[in-house]
Amino acid sequence: MKLLVPVKRVIDYNVKARVRADGSGVDLSNVKMSMNPFDEIAVEEAIRLKEKGVATEIVVVSVGVKQAAETIRTALAMGADRGILVVAADDVHQDIEPLAVAKILKAIVAEEQPGLVLMGKQAIDNDMNATGQMLAALLGWAQATQAGAIEVAGDKASVTREIDGGLQVIEVTLPAIVTADLRLNEPRYASLPNIMKAKKKELVEKTAGDYGVDVSPRLTVVKTAEPEGRKAGVKVASVDELVSKLKAAGVI
Amino acid sequence: MKMDRIGSFRWEDPFLLEDELTEEERMIRDTARSYAQGHLAPRVREAFRTEQTDRAIFTEMGELGLLGVTIPEEFGGTGAGYVSYGLVAREVERVDSGYRSMMSVQASLVMHPINAYGSEEQRRKYLPKLCSGEWVGCFGLTEPDAGSDPGGMKTTAKKTPGGYRLNGSKMWITNSPIADVFVVWAKSDAHGGKIRGFVLEKGMKGLSAPKIEGKLSLRASVTGEIVMDEVEVGEDALLPNAEGLGGPFGCLNRARYGIAWGAMGAAEACWHAARQYGLDRKQFGKPLAQTQLHQLKLANMMTEITLGLNAALRVGRLFEAGKMQPEMISLIKRNNCGKALEIARVARDMHGGNGISDEYPVMRHMVNLETVNTYEGTHDVHALILGRAQTGLQAFF
Repeated sequence: MKLLVPVKRVIDYNVKARVRADGSGVDLSNVKMSMNPFDEIAVEEAIRLKEKGVATEIVVVSVGVKQAAETIRTALAMGADRGILVVAADDVHQDIEPLAVAKILKAIVAEEQPGLVLMGKQAIDNDMNATGQMLAALLGWAQATQAGAIEVAGDKASVTREIDGGLQVIEVTLPAIVTADLRLNEPRYASLPNIMKAKKKELVEKTAGDYGVDVSPRLTVVKTAEPEGRKAGVKVASVDELVSKLKAAGVI
Repeated sequence: MKMDRIGSFRWEDPFLLEDELTEEERMIRDTARSYAQGHLAPRVREAFRTEQTDRAIFTEMGELGLLGVTIPEEFGGTGAGYVSYGLVAREVERVDSGYRSMMSVQASLVMHPINAYGSEEQRRKYLPKLCSGEWVGCFGLTEPDAGSDPGGMKTTAKKTPGGYRLNGSKMWITNSPIADVFVVWAKSDAHGGKIRGFVLEKGMKGLSAPKIEGKLSLRASVTGEIVMDEVEVGEDALLPNAEGLGGPFGCLNRARYGIAWGAMGAAEACWHAARQYGLDRKQFGKPLAQTQLHQLKLANMMTEITLGLNAALRVGRLFEAGKMQPEMISLIKRNNCGKALEIARVARDMHGGNGISDEYPVMRHMVNLETVNTYEGTHDVHALILGRAQTGLQAFF
């Protein structure tokens, strides 16, 4: 079975994000970028499925700017087999919206015929949590989101999902879309010899136009703002005063 | 011409060194950083406090390929360049100079001489297991009475019918108490008293490596002696392709180059800690970082680290292009270690009383850097190399 793993290049999770002066988004010039952590978990799970003999080939795809090639290389260094880069933007600040990405992925699925698409549940840059669901809808495939565990047997996948107040186990028929949650696994580091080997793995470059997908934005960013700083609290002299203040605030 | 200004100033990387690295170098750096922050940082405080060297670190580093960065792939290495090697040293030493020392010795002082001066059999026998961390190596040049003057060594190799008999003792040897492989240098009577390298193995009769106790620096990395009392080795223990001090100096050049990067990693850790402490710590109603004295110190740190890292990168590129001269390495080893030590001392000061606690990394880095400034050619000895290079007059003796 072939696995398709879409990965996104996002601002590194260790970087303190700063809003651009014009409020159009987060400043990404000269900022360290890395693979979206949830996608890294998806790549790791794909490699584990291959190591278990469930999967035979792992294809990694990224949609975005040219520099996303580096993100694909990271996945190849971890153990994926080959990559497809779909160049859809020339400015790092131009985010490709989930629907456009899902349409491109649909076209790639048609070409590659994977048995399973494994991807992060959301990207940490704008937290849309939508691409996997949209892709499932476009393809008419089953979806299992927020996976905390995956077991594949025959043409079925049993997926443990993390939901409010507990775990839910669902079974989906393959081919399907599974999106990875934080606790699915702990991704490995790319070893140095594997980083060198990744240079020799196939990485095909395409454009959004090759798949006939219009990536122009449908959403308008109205405003981006830094989170408000924590405001100073007040000291109360007695329990009675505390209770009256809580009542005044309408919380009790 | 309109001069566009893209983005904003990056205080952590003022000259955008990041952009000067290749994709592969950035990936190697990222692996080293993730490992160092994820697996070394959580255990360093306890290791330093209790003076425990964790043997497993070699295996872990070996699995990731961090030990044989520049060693060819056919011998189990990664076959990457010297900038990659420097970046790994920087990330490991950002956590602790002791961990970087363990790695530098294995890579530059043990694997490099076997690779560069060893026979094909020696390379095949030792390099793969040293790359993987299955074996730990150490390097014996310094002696109790021969430090900055290694030519004054007393260790001897006497010819025997089947090989050599070694006698002598080596001092301040990183890794020696846990080493499986010992690269030692001795004056060989069969070679006109010239210095030759030998590869010894743990368990040889007459070979011992007692630990040096009471170190106040590099406490996470074990240091010992090497005592050779009539150690008999075969002809196959001799490194065939090095004669004279050029052999050990070729190794030391590589290690010193890595130290120039590593010391900047330790300095960065101190700088970042001092900056954060100044932002968090409020006295007289405002953050320390809002005072001119604090900012002056941060500005000095940013300046020296930026210049030191960019100099190390330049020398790395020259190294890769085959244009490295040892004097270049003396310049960056001396400068970067001296500056890192000064930065660590100032960062310790900026942390006030808290700075003496191991809750903060600064004093550990400070005492570590006392060693780093001294070993592999002291600050002063490298000055003499640079003095000789421009006057033509040696002033060592």
